[in-house]
Amino acid sequence: MKPAPFVHHAPRSVEEAVGVLGEVGHDGKILAGGQSLIPILNMRLASPAHLVDINRVTGLDTVEVTDEAVRIGALVRHAQLERHDGAYAALPLLRQALLNVAHPAIRNRGTTVGSIAHADAAGEMPAILALTDGVVEATGPGGTREIAAADFFLGALETSLAADELATAVRFRRFPSGTATAFAESARRHGDYAMAGVATAVTVVDGVIERATASFVSVTEVPTVLDLTEVLGGREPADADLEAAAEAVRQHVEPEADIHASAEYRRMLAGELARRVLALAAGQAAGHSAGRAATTKGSTSR
Amino acid sequence: MSDMTDLSTAAAEELHDVTVYVNGVARTARVPARRLLSDFLRHDLELTGTHVGCEHGVCGACTVLVDGQPMRSCLMFAVTAQDHEVTTVEGLCSAPDARPCATGERMNPAQQAFAECHGLQCGFCTPGFLTTVTAYLEENPEPTADEAREAISGNLCRCTGYQNIVKSVLRAAELRAERREETYAAQPATRHTGSVDGEAAR
Repeated sequence: MKPAPFVHHAPRSVEEAVGVLGEVGHDGKILAGGQSLIPILNMRLASPAHLVDINRVTGLDTVEVTDEAVRIGALVRHAQLERHDGAYAALPLLRQALLNVAHPAIRNRGTTVGSIAHADAAGEMPAILALTDGVVEATGPGGTREIAAADFFLGALETSLAADELATAVRFRRFPSGTATAFAESARRHGDYAMAGVATAVTVVDGVIERATASFVSVTEVPTVLDLTEVLGGREPADADLEAAAEAVRQHVEPEADIHASAEYRRMLAGELARRVLALAAGQAAGHSAGRAATTKGSTSR
Repeated sequence: MSDMTDLSTAAAEELHDVTVYVNGVARTARVPARRLLSDFLRHDLELTGTHVGCEHGVCGACTVLVDGQPMRSCLMFAVTAQDHEVTTVEGLCSAPDARPCATGERMNPAQQAFAECHGLQCGFCTPGFLTTVTAYLEENPEPTADEAREAISGNLCRCTGYQNIVKSVLRAAELRAERREETYAAQPATRHTGSVDGEAAR
């Protein structure tokens, strides 16, 4: 259980890192937190000839909160984002999901951008990038480009990043006011890979559901967003047809069986978790919506 | 056959001088880039208190503190730990709140609690529990039993059934609080001045 030999590169800047990636191409792999990559190396499921260790690259460890998004650099550890109060205030879904990412010792080392670039369908943060309609910022030899979440995930462990591109940051888009979010997953042991997980965002305007979406962990091949607005929209949260939403989820997911759970069990679980998180988010969004109406009465609408 | 292959590639591998501050001491060794931090500690620095179980981050036995935060030493390369501070189980007994125990050795609150509450049997997983619990109590000094169980969810023990480990975490929190009080009582000057001198004394 030892990695095969590799050449270690320790660039100090994004330009230098991209330069190395350009030289080594498909023989290179980026090492950030390494909490998914190093197990793969230890088990020799992969043996890249070059590792581009970006841990000494400066300027990649910041969390920025703007009116539109929460932007995090490639070296922001899960634990750092989880504890960031500004990010939590702007987008509570981040902390709601991060608390389910592996165990604290893994979150102390692993990076959120790395987890997204790894694109494991059992990862929580790819599902969050999808649900927030987020963007990946990538730098390659030709410059910088932005990749929308919908175009980023191509398959299991496969993204649209080129071999010579470095994902330098991601932006999770904030939801419109009146939105509440919730996340839940079920694992055999807390912190293990989930058998199924569901993230949801529900927007309530004038007391009725205007929009409802969900994304999934471990039960879809790539993180996809299911729009539940047609099923839930136009009704008050208390009257929402959650069973119909759960059925839509059961039809949407494509779980596979493994030693932890059968495909049917995972499908059932996804439906049930969706019912619970939708109820939670819809209830909270209704509360927010009522509160906002009361406090902003008389002011111009924003 | 496979040994020979490994030897021949090892001979061709580039070596790096890696310096890591381990338990407060700068330690340097010349290692290949693929040397895991866990193996660096055990093989190169001969600090065998850090145990290696699964080598893919699941069991938690190899957990050490990197810059004070618990991390899996099997999921880090020594070259990446360059210039960082690492605390292993061997370093816990020199913590300010470690005290001599019946055998004369020093133990920090977590170590003392695991001994008192039978928080270990074979002891293989224990170094990982001790580092994890020590760091956890820094952030959560008064955990409930449920929180204690959650705190150790990333560490596997195949002997105890965890009941006594949860008790040990709670006991460690008590010991830690008691020793903190003692430290304050014993050093009134440092506490009350809060001056530049007081800062420098720490």
